[in-house]
Amino acid sequence: MSAFKDPFDASHSLTRGCSCGLHHDEAAHQADLAGQTSDSELLGNRVVEAAVMRALFPEDATRRRFINAVGAGTAMAAISSLFPLGMAKEAFAQSGPLEKSSIKVGFIPITCATPIIMSQPMGFYGRQGLNVDVVKTAGWAVIRDKTLNKEYDAAHMLSPMPIAISLGVGSSPIPYTVPAIENINGQAITLSIKHKDRRDPKSWKGFKFAVPFDYSMHNYLLRYFLAEHGLDPDRDVQIRSVPPPEMVANLRADNIDGFLAPDPVNQRAVYDGVGFIHTLTKELWPGHPCCAFAASKEFVTKMPNTYRALLKAIMEATAFAAKPENRKQIAEAIAPANYLNQPVTVVEQVLTGNYADGLGNIKKDPNRIDFDPFPWHSFAIWIMSQMKRWGQIKGDVDYARVAREVFLATDAMKLMKEAGMKPPATVSKKFSVMGKEFDPAKPDAYIASFAIKRT
Amino acid sequence: MNRLLGWRAPLLSLVVFLLLIGVWHALTLPKSAAQTVNAEYAALVGAEASTGQKSAFPSPRDVGVKILEHLRDPFYDHGPNDKGIGIQLGFSVARVLLGYLLAALVAIPVGFLIGMSPTVYRALDPYIQVLKPISPLAWMPLALFTLKDSSVSAIFVIFICSLWPMLINTAFGVASVRREWLNVARTLEVGPMRTAFRVILPAAAPTIMTGMRISIGIAWLVIVAAEMLVGGTGIGYFVWNEWNNLSITNILTAILAIGLVGMLLDLMLAKLTKLVTFPE
Repeated sequence: MSAFKDPFDASHSLTRGCSCGLHHDEAAHQADLAGQTSDSELLGNRVVEAAVMRALFPEDATRRRFINAVGAGTAMAAISSLFPLGMAKEAFAQSGPLEKSSIKVGFIPITCATPIIMSQPMGFYGRQGLNVDVVKTAGWAVIRDKTLNKEYDAAHMLSPMPIAISLGVGSSPIPYTVPAIENINGQAITLSIKHKDRRDPKSWKGFKFAVPFDYSMHNYLLRYFLAEHGLDPDRDVQIRSVPPPEMVANLRADNIDGFLAPDPVNQRAVYDGVGFIHTLTKELWPGHPCCAFAASKEFVTKMPNTYRALLKAIMEATAFAAKPENRKQIAEAIAPANYLNQPVTVVEQVLTGNYADGLGNIKKDPNRIDFDPFPWHSFAIWIMSQMKRWGQIKGDVDYARVAREVFLATDAMKLMKEAGMKPPATVSKKFSVMGKEFDPAKPDAYIASFAIKRT
Repeated sequence: MNRLLGWRAPLLSLVVFLLLIGVWHALTLPKSAAQTVNAEYAALVGAEASTGQKSAFPSPRDVGVKILEHLRDPFYDHGPNDKGIGIQLGFSVARVLLGYLLAALVAIPVGFLIGMSPTVYRALDPYIQVLKPISPLAWMPLALFTLKDSSVSAIFVIFICSLWPMLINTAFGVASVRREWLNVARTLEVGPMRTAFRVILPAAAPTIMTGMRISIGIAWLVIVAAEMLVGGTGIGYFVWNEWNNLSITNILTAILAIGLVGMLLDLMLAKLTKLVTFPE
């Protein structure tokens, strides 16, 4: 980001300080966020001027002396007369051609992937000039390996996965990013129909549960839920990782007693009469993140135009999916065999929130699943706090730094504006999970406050 | 008597088939249970769930209808994740043949060399015995990590799993060529290359072919598992995708198709074996 520092400012301090940590001061942060075309052009102009200035005076000290002597305005005018700044600025403003127009994005067939999937049949990728193949993948470990292998340019991942990959937990460390969260809410705890009279979690001792992956919100939420009810998730119950598509088959075969899973798995268990929805995860933590749109840092930096076009398509799709009136249409687009391969009614019940609970009741909850792309840094910090709580990561963690490097909140703010959404003003917020407040500034105190933990 | 036997066997096959279908049909007769929920709820769940049951196993009729549906249009292509069963089988057969031929190219010459020298045979035997029983799925994460390409990994897994039976059988066949024949060749002062191609190879050919026949069976077993793991294309992916949809009718269709193709591959190798077999 040093290109954005103003070399015409002879006095600016070299310490960095803004709310997201990417800009040299709060003003630059605001300017960057403004995101409107005129402002980003202005920013572009400044970058070009800066580059020329730096090329003419490679030594900081000389440059400062020159500017102090003649003043910034004069300096710029003097340089403009020598160098066609206007032309250079124009060349920079055009966001260059796509580095790669045919790209592959991997997904797991669950409704969390809605923005990634629907962008294909509904033409959001096409509008950005991208020809995207969305490829169905068998499980999280495979999608991770195929993305690390660069078979996929970007992928649908569980939001803790890019953090785990960046930290090198469960795989070799590779810098990974979450440019956008895909969905919030949209998960549920489903139990086998034979347990329909055991609704009190305290009576679940000895249950076998399934979650999609070790590094998933599902795992952390289920552990949190059980621990809040006094059950030790490692000793009193068994939690195993099962790919979402295999969960209903396992529940039917009585291999497991229940699962905390993404949809349409929960609704499918109801549809087939093998399970009932005990509780939606939005009751645990309203607005929690689930899956993420993930890309390697290498992709983000080496193919900035493709990255921006792809992210823009996802943002627009997310904005479209966030509107309840569009949900039915989306359900029809993503239910066929090429995508989720589920009966339309199952997908529709998940997306509209007008659903059968498996016990003979029809429930109405329009926020059952919702779409909000903003990658809050506080989400990342909460995820790391749970990774540490359950012993997946040991030792000291620089929460804020990892959150900043993995969850690309600033890019998301800009592109959300372009997609007509309202991004928040800050990158971190407090929230509460099952009535207990989480302060992103004090993750270690938060971990220490739990009775059941593995630290 | 022979003519009687000629039609007795097919008749028995037919009886077994009808019996199987009959039992299957009887076991999957729809249970007529009263709807236990109101109509609005029933519209949101499957037919069985609305009567308080779990979804049922499909009847032979359901599967028959599904098979006809697949036969009517086996080569459709509705995007990267939804292709006809014919195309999927084609992908699988191509992968199997590629991996299998590569394995044959390595296993037969190497097996030949191992078989010629009793010392090398005994020295390498422990490695072969350890590597032979490893499941294809155990190789997969290693292959994905090192080869960094899922389709190459699938072919590698076929290669590594079909390698051992061919290697062992070739070595065994070469090692157990009758001493007298080799001695005759030596007395006639036949060169080593000529001995290898004119005496040892024809003598070991039936054993080598048996190894190749075992290998193609293993390769076909492995491809379904590998494709279920890697995804993308192939009959294994088809099974996985339909499992995802809990569509037992489609899975049964795929099982039948897998069996038929496996049988055809085996028949081809059996024909080839007959060509090289000699009476002693």
